[in-house]
Amino acid sequence: MTSERPLTKDMKPGGEALSLREYERVGGYHSVHKALRMDPKNVTDLVTKSGLRGRGGAGFPTGSKWSFVPIGPDAPRPKYLIANADEMEPGTFKDRYLLEGNPHQLLEGMMIGARAIEAEVAYVFLRAEYVLAGKRVAQAIAEAYSAGYLGHRIFGSELNLELYLHVSAGRYMCGEETGLLNALEGKRANPRTKPPYPQVSGLFGKPTIVQNVETLANLPHILNNGADWFKSLSRTADAGTKLYGASGKVKRPGLWELPMGTTMRELLEEHSGGMQDGLKFRGVLPGGASTDFLTEQHLDVKMDFTETQKAGSRLGTGTMIVLDDQTCPVGMVWNLEDFFAQESCGWCTPCWSGLRWAERILGAFERGEGNETDLEKLTWITSFCAPGHTFCALAPGAAEPLQSALKYFREDFLRHIHEKRCPWR
Amino acid sequence: MAIIYIDDKPHQADAKQNLLHACLSLGFNLPYFCWHPALGSVGACRQCAVKQFRTPDDKHGHLVMACMIPAVEGTRISIHDPEAVAFRAGIIEGMMQNHPHDCPVCDEGGECHLQDMTVMTGHNYRRYDFPKRTFRNQYLGPFVNHEMNRCIQCYRCVRFYREYAGGNDFNVFGIRNTAYFGRYQDGVLESEFAGNLDEVCPTGVFTDATHKHHYTRKWDLQFAPSVCVHCGLGCNISPGERYGTLRRIVNRYHGDINGYFLCDRGRHGSEFVNSDQRIRQARLRRNGQLQAVSKAEALEHIRQVLTSSSRVIGIGSPRASLEANFALRAAVGERNFFAGIFQRELRLLNRVLDVLRNGLAPAASLREMENSDAVLVLGEDVTNYAPRMALSLRQSVRQGPMAMADKLKIPHWLDHSVRELAQDSKGPLFIASIAATRLDDVASETYHAAPDELARLGFAVAHKLDDNAPAVSGLTLEQTALAERIAQALRSARQPLIVSGLSCHSTAVISAAANIAQALRRTGQPSRVTFTVPECNSVGLALLGGRPLEDAFAAVRNRAADTVIVLENDLYRRASVQDVDALLLGAKHVIVLDHLTNATSTKAELVLPAATFAESDGTLVNNEARAQRFFQTFVPQPDVQESWRWLRDAIIASGRQDFAAWENLDHVIASMAVEVPALAAASKAAPDATFRMSGAKVPRQPERYSGRTAMLANIDLSEPKPPDDPDSPLSFSMEGSPDQPPSPLIPFAWSPGWNSYQAWNKFQEEIAGPLRGGNPGVPLVEAAAQPQQEYVRDVPAPFQPGDGEWLIVPFYHIFGSEELSIHSHGVKQLSPGAYLAMNDKDAERARLRPEDRIEFTIAAISYQAALKVRADLPQGIAAIPAGIEPLQGIQLPDWSRIVRVA
Amino acid sequence: MLTPEERQEIEAELPRYPQKQAVCIDAMKIVQRHRGWVSDESIRDIAELLGMSADDLDGVATFYNLIHRKPVGRHVILLCNSVSCWIMGYERLHQRLCKRLGVQFGETTSDERFTLLPIVCLGTCDHAPALMIGNDLHVDVTPDSMDQVLENYR
Ligand SMILES: Cc1cc2nc3c(=O)[nH]c(=O)nc-3n(C[C@H](O)[C@H](O)[C@H](O)COP(=O)(O)O)c2cc1C
Ligand code: SF4
Ligand code: FES
Repeated sequence: MTSERPLTKDMKPGGEALSLREYERVGGYHSVHKALRMDPKNVTDLVTKSGLRGRGGAGFPTGSKWSFVPIGPDAPRPKYLIANADEMEPGTFKDRYLLEGNPHQLLEGMMIGARAIEAEVAYVFLRAEYVLAGKRVAQAIAEAYSAGYLGHRIFGSELNLELYLHVSAGRYMCGEETGLLNALEGKRANPRTKPPYPQVSGLFGKPTIVQNVETLANLPHILNNGADWFKSLSRTADAGTKLYGASGKVKRPGLWELPMGTTMRELLEEHSGGMQDGLKFRGVLPGGASTDFLTEQHLDVKMDFTETQKAGSRLGTGTMIVLDDQTCPVGMVWNLEDFFAQESCGWCTPCWSGLRWAERILGAFERGEGNETDLEKLTWITSFCAPGHTFCALAPGAAEPLQSALKYFREDFLRHIHEKRCPWR
Repeated sequence: MAIIYIDDKPHQADAKQNLLHACLSLGFNLPYFCWHPALGSVGACRQCAVKQFRTPDDKHGHLVMACMIPAVEGTRISIHDPEAVAFRAGIIEGMMQNHPHDCPVCDEGGECHLQDMTVMTGHNYRRYDFPKRTFRNQYLGPFVNHEMNRCIQCYRCVRFYREYAGGNDFNVFGIRNTAYFGRYQDGVLESEFAGNLDEVCPTGVFTDATHKHHYTRKWDLQFAPSVCVHCGLGCNISPGERYGTLRRIVNRYHGDINGYFLCDRGRHGSEFVNSDQRIRQARLRRNGQLQAVSKAEALEHIRQVLTSSSRVIGIGSPRASLEANFALRAAVGERNFFAGIFQRELRLLNRVLDVLRNGLAPAASLREMENSDAVLVLGEDVTNYAPRMALSLRQSVRQGPMAMADKLKIPHWLDHSVRELAQDSKGPLFIASIAATRLDDVASETYHAAPDELARLGFAVAHKLDDNAPAVSGLTLEQTALAERIAQALRSARQPLIVSGLSCHSTAVISAAANIAQALRRTGQPSRVTFTVPECNSVGLALLGGRPLEDAFAAVRNRAADTVIVLENDLYRRASVQDVDALLLGAKHVIVLDHLTNATSTKAELVLPAATFAESDGTLVNNEARAQRFFQTFVPQPDVQESWRWLRDAIIASGRQDFAAWENLDHVIASMAVEVPALAAASKAAPDATFRMSGAKVPRQPERYSGRTAMLANIDLSEPKPPDDPDSPLSFSMEGSPDQPPSPLIPFAWSPGWNSYQAWNKFQEEIAGPLRGGNPGVPLVEAAAQPQQEYVRDVPAPFQPGDGEWLIVPFYHIFGSEELSIHSHGVKQLSPGAYLAMNDKDAERARLRPEDRIEFTIAAISYQAALKVRADLPQGIAAIPAGIEPLQGIQLPDWSRIVRVA
Repeated sequence: MLTPEERQEIEAELPRYPQKQAVCIDAMKIVQRHRGWVSDESIRDIAELLGMSADDLDGVATFYNLIHRKPVGRHVILLCNSVSCWIMGYERLHQRLCKRLGVQFGETTSDERFTLLPIVCLGTCDHAPALMIGNDLHVDVTPDSMDQVLENYR
């Protein structure tokens, strides 16, 4: 088992960004030269072989996604590559780290992706609140342009790549890949109908790939070190390392790059230092706000896409939110549902109606006004918002913490009913 | 066709369609909101969920939205699956969270799609017990009322208004469960089709603001199948009446013409029926004053006049029915029948008929226009002249981009997918018109020039297509290049279309359009043509024949005639004051039949109260030469009767007893068929009065019609017998056959479980397809099997701007230019005042400034108006609004000097 | 009317996108940077510059929470109310802020110094609770340390 940390090892302890020169000194942009010498299809094949799965939450195999993009002289142009730096899932703070600490690594990854799908234009789609990240990415882009790594004939090759930073104006929906496309086109960020898939017709009707920041940051390393190396980084069948994080009342909340498949127990007990003194662990959202709660019994689950799913949740973004025994689970779910209800784009009925309803009921519970039929209503809402019932994945994501809370914390709901108040207040 | 399985039973479905479409076509009741037969699928409301099974062995299945799934071979779904049923009820429950449940005071109540769907899904009891969100409503203009609290966020309104109708002054604002549908700021909705929001919105957010002034529930309205009288397209309508007043107009689905939508003139232009200007009793001039007289007195007077006159002439009308015009002709004799329009217009109409008869290219219905993939509009401002056509042409530009969808195998009904694929790309639509039009935003190219130049461009296109077509000399480079691009687009289209018409009053323009059709045909490319015509029965009148209006003037001037009967025609709108005065004062006797007091009727010796379209039956012939029957919606006050009945009575009074045989409309139609073979087919426009379904008539009133026994209780406690209707197979009652009538006889759309307009689903052979048994109407013009091959060769010379003179042309306005609709409050509000528009450079050179009061002179009469300056108007051309007071009765185009009034 | 500066900045964005409308969010943010918020008049002006209708643009503006369609104070406080901050004591922070400033969420202090708004997760959950004032991120905030922080914004 290795403990390599390709994504973060070069970052400065103080958290400043690596300049272009510093980045090159640690081998930066080497992979682009390599990729430019390769046939685009071979780049895609290599990424497919590496087993890289998207780090934005859904875990879709990256190479396989690229393979749907039309390639060659007859393909529609320009094609687009977009780095999804919208990171707005509550509890998630991993992409910020990569953006602020090593923006060139992202740009390099984007260049690889652009090479593979023959994209001429790339955007970093950044949430507005990431002011520092925005500054650093802009700086890195400027450096890359002046070095001739972007623009016309990049690295002296025949290829052109324009890369722009787009700073958004809020809304969780902008992170959903088709909502993102609308946002980038200056429209309301409603999700789009599929088909057509963005790979075929995306931004401005042209083939487009949207990829999470962390996914992209992995690419230079895969190019440099090969598919087998990438697989070897992991403890499980899902390849690579993962940026794991923990927030909540643990001793040392933080973010760590660890082998994919690190167990929750390790994350909690070793890396986070366990619960704060006097508090007990009650549960965890393993991968951000839109994943199902896991509890004590799941602590030994290997946190990768497959195993977390088997345990009844999702790896999501790999950043966990820890619930302790002094925090009200009902209140926590209320907070989550309020977020989702507020961020619903308003397009499909289960989402805009169901989530606000759930939020109101949970609010009633917290005020001590909940009753048993309210529990039935909440259960109904979770099935109402199930995958396939809604237009996009926002509402099903919202249903996950709620349905699992109803399963694991039923007692707590009942206490709210019987005591006619929140026992933690 | 494909076999699909619905709850384990095999059914035939159209594989090119979606499952919702298939289920509805098969007669299943599957609820929906965001889907609309004309707007396609977007999957927003999630109401149409069904269970889909992957294989016959799949017992678990998963929910899908029927509107988003193609009905391909072997698809297995269940509508009755409990999970699907519960989910659908849940959708209603979600929508109802904020809905105010104000049905008793809501104008949509009783015809609300939301009510229907609520009942259909079985959602009864409210489980949501928190406060509802509330909104402030907006003023949206005279036609559309706004009540946002009722919104269920189905997004139909924005999709119709913005994506389908091309309006951009309306939108959705905000997000989540508080999305707001309206305008950025209060104000009149700019789209000429805004009124459709009333029917497009499944609940009471957008309702008919004019109906509000005298509101009646759908179930209490008496309806008839009818045809819009406000332009030449012949859109089908359902007028509704209560207590003797016309309450409103709604769309009556016609698969070839209006489909699901009307224009706002058609929907809101019929208030004239209730106007206080209505002539409701006969009036006879005594001691210089028109005084009300009884029917008998009126007829006695007619007898005296007709028996004492040396020669009686009749002036017909393009807004009166075929039967009324024919009756007039019968009363005065063919030789003495005048068409009521000038030679110029008759000639244009006959030119149009020639083209249609020749069979160069079949006339395109509006539906066919939507499917055209390359369009040339030559000379027309469609939105203002034949409004509903603009909506169809707007859809035509989507045909080109559909090829992209086909390439990716994306079905056409997957609306947003197709729109996103297409982005801004649009199929070719060339608009060559005198000035900017409201369709220019979707045009691939526009060209603004004088009518002669438009004709020359058309001739040039024909020549580009076929060398044998006459060449045009002296074209500019720009014109040549444009003609080439147009020719190229038409040549490479699957279904090219040429739109032309009467609005620029140029035979050359129509001939140019015909040459293009000819050239396409000769080069092996089948095309279609459509001509716009000015009035609801212009084509019928032209088919009936009759001499031009100027001959009538001459007949009186020369004392060749001493008595004039004017049928539903305000001559002062057509001819100059001098000419009409000379006619009306020169004749010994003038008898006028009309609905409203107007300049002509005030000069008459005898005025007869003629029933409007809402109070009479008859046949109108639209721009495609399609004869359509309209039926009486309600029985007017006793002295008001159909013009043909007045004329029949007059004939009998004059001693020709044989006309007593004209007892009902069918008798008139039958003798018309004998006398005018060109109109013989009109008898087939609808079943005759003897038609019965299961031995019964078709009821005009819904089964829930209420209060009948009490309606007249202030006058007579016993309920009067419903009036007879000798003229049609419809009854003035709720009693009658419960069966679905043949399409020309459908008074309104209603079906069990479907109280809203969405009930049209139940009347169609296939969703959005033809009505069962075919769409209403019969063609009166048969295209020749062997078209004659000649090109028109008289190409006009280039337009020469005058020296200190302008060619003055009329500009039509959807709101204001039409005679009857201007009596509607909202139409009047939106109509422009009198103006004269001129090119900005011309104005500068003439030292005229915007809003200057100017004067121009036509036929020795001077007119004044405020000056408007428009850069889109060609130099040398000036425009005045058509039909708007006081700029009426001016024969245009004509030349005049334009001077500032001191 | 847009100032020449605003107009210039907006036009500088145009080459980055193949369509004018795509610039509209950037454009509103540019105006907002200069004026603090986007007024009805600015909506009209920006729309005109980009070939949109005011209705087109306002439909977009009202979708995004960081476009302010109402005037704001000199400093906008974005207080994270998402789950990790909630666990770590957001509510106490919220109460203290409201009390100190005398405003609720969505309101501006009477001296127009601060506008208090809630914001979704700021992506700094390992240092919750967090808030932003203008462009500055403040992490690991306690009710007491917050008083100190506010002092720096006049
Ligand atoms: C409501 C919603 C919000 C999302 N937000 C983000 C986000 O902020 N960042 C991200 O990378 N992916 C986000 N996603 C996932 C994206 O849709 C998409 O799957 C991802 O960007 C693809 O990149 P990947 O394959 O590299 O993970 C979101 C999805 C949903 C449904
Ligand atoms: S206003 Fe009517 S049409 Fe528009 S979303 Fe609401 S319910 Fe649907
Ligand atoms: S009708 Fe199918 S989702 Fe709305």
